[in-house]
Amino acid sequence: MSNFDRPLSPHISVYRWPITMTLSILHRATGIAMSVGLIVLAAWLFYAAAGAADYARFTELMSTWIGRLALIGWSYAFAFHLANGIRHLFWDTGRGFEMHQANASAWGVLVASVVMTAGFWMVLT
Amino acid sequence: MSLRTPMARVLGLGSAKDGTEDWWGQRVSAVALVLLGVWFAVSISSLASLEHSSAIAFIAAPFNSVLLSLFCLTLAYHSNLGVQVVIEDYVHASWIKVTSLVASRFAHALVAIVSVYAILNIGLRV
Repeated sequence: MSNFDRPLSPHISVYRWPITMTLSILHRATGIAMSVGLIVLAAWLFYAAAGAADYARFTELMSTWIGRLALIGWSYAFAFHLANGIRHLFWDTGRGFEMHQANASAWGVLVASVVMTAGFWMVLT
Repeated sequence: MSLRTPMARVLGLGSAKDGTEDWWGQRVSAVALVLLGVWFAVSISSLASLEHSSAIAFIAAPFNSVLLSLFCLTLAYHSNLGVQVVIEDYVHASWIKVTSLVASRFAHALVAIVSVYAILNIGLRV
């Protein structure tokens, strides 16, 4: 005789999605994205060393709309991972784990990452 | 023939004492990357242009060459540890896990060498 009304052990799906979960996932996602971006950083240095002609071909590729989109994505990933990384380092001291603190720092990181990305592109262009 | 199990030989010898290097390495390189990363972002955003001549001039300045090399090496180290953790978390079939761990290590070593070689090549030109 089965009883479907028995209490379930709580799992991810029973919680209201918290902002801290989004940031946790984004930290990994931006980290992986930048690991791929490392190849582009190395390519930039390599083609700069290779000479003007090769360098021009590289910058031409990065100037296409898909290249620009990728660069904007990487700049955001960098800003986010930097801000959230500082949040993680602060956590490593054992502070900031109260729910209201973690939520507040989450929003702080999101705002800071957007501001840093916007600031970077405004100064660059 | 001894009937003692191998367990008896290791009991009482304490922990391996080297399980936390990767954890520490990740944190220490993170602190370095906060400083180097801010320097890199500020430097790139304030470049006069991204033309070949100004890129070369930037990379070749000794102060920039040193910090850029540090930045690329620390990035590769930090990225290698991060990707390693992700692979260990999500890849469970042992041969795919080992293959991807080795591939990631090779790719990071290649990126680090290419970057530093390019910086030196530009910086040491007469």
